Amino acid sequence: MINKKSLDDESVLGFEDKLKEQANQLKDLIDGGNVAGALAIISQLNETRDKTLYQEVGRLTRTLHESIRNFHIDSGNTSSDEDGSKIEEASDRLAYVVEMTHKAANKTLDLVEETMPYASGISTEAKQLKDDWSRLQRKEMKPEEFRALTSKMGTFLSKLCNDSDKVYSNLTAILLAQDFQDLTGQVINRVTTLVKDVEENLVKLVTMAGNVDQMTGNVQQEAKQQETNMQGEGPQMNAETREDVVSGQDDVDDLLSSLGF
Amino acid sequence: MNKDMKILVVDDFSTMRRIIKNLLRDLGFANTDEADDGNTALPMLQTGKYDFLVTDWNMPGMTGIELLRHVRADENLKTLPVLMVTAEAKRDQIVAAAQAGVNGYVVKPFTAAVLKEKIDKIFERIDS
Repeated sequence: MINKKSLDDESVLGFEDKLKEQANQLKDLIDGGNVAGALAIISQLNETRDKTLYQEVGRLTRTLHESIRNFHIDSGNTSSDEDGSKIEEASDRLAYVVEMTHKAANKTLDLVEETMPYASGISTEAKQLKDDWSRLQRKEMKPEEFRALTSKMGTFLSKLCNDSDKVYSNLTAILLAQDFQDLTGQVINRVTTLVKDVEENLVKLVTMAGNVDQMTGNVQQEAKQQETNMQGEGPQMNAETREDVVSGQDDVDDLLSSLGF
Repeated sequence: MNKDMKILVVDDFSTMRRIIKNLLRDLGFANTDEADDGNTALPMLQTGKYDFLVTDWNMPGMTGIELLRHVRADENLKTLPVLMVTAEAKRDQIVAAAQAGVNGYVVKPFTAAVLKEKIDKIFERIDS
């Protein structure tokens, strides 16, 4: 790839050298009054330019084709005859990540919602028993109340055994539901690699197209995009390095209070 | 603050709606409904059943800031308290939300304590 790039530069540089040389010749001929010679040089100039241009366009087209071919699936998967691209595959992979995280989050939420009543039930009953227990310790309890307390205590202890087992097994299930991180992490890493590849290839194409533009005298005007500030951006990855972004709730509160909130 | 008040939670991700609903229930607010974007939320709000709106910013269809502007422009809804709970963290956005008349702004990821503090603050100000 590096060889190819220097080759491109060479052909463009060669063109520039030739251009300079012929321009000098042209000037000399015109100064010397040799119109026929000057016209010959002009047509030579055109020829040089056309030839280099055809070469560059040819190279650009070839690279473009190569890049397009490169992003097709390596035919490791023979089960489908469909000719999907790597980009398509990447979208499928990302859709899988969304599905996995969605499932894991819902499973965790299910288990948490199921477990919370156990925890609050245990807490409520334990508080009641604690009050009774204090009365017993202060010797404020009648014999029949004591008998009721003993039976209540027995029921509570066996319920506590069952419920805490349930809480424990739900916590284990929540633990296991986090396995999506490993799977989605692997998938995301593969997609990141693909995006980097695509970017590299695009940069290469842009450089080549730049050579062609130079030859045809096209000047690309960079369309400056007006950024709409109110467009949602989603979570900020590098909040601490950006001036226009708050780095947390404290910053939000400071900003709002400076606005009189 | 009336714990029976009816709250509408608007977010395009169902898990986030569940999390917010659970946190609200823990804070004693069990009377909640859900909507997945502004377009679904606005007609629900216009029934006049809701006392409090908790909304995300970035949603397909109608975004949270547009929903907020619609609410403030609606004669019957303009005093409805609105809490924005969002990952949007640009200063300009927070200023825009404040100018549009938001009552509180919480950035994701957030904690239960922050949510409680902001809700308390909103109703403290309204009740006083």
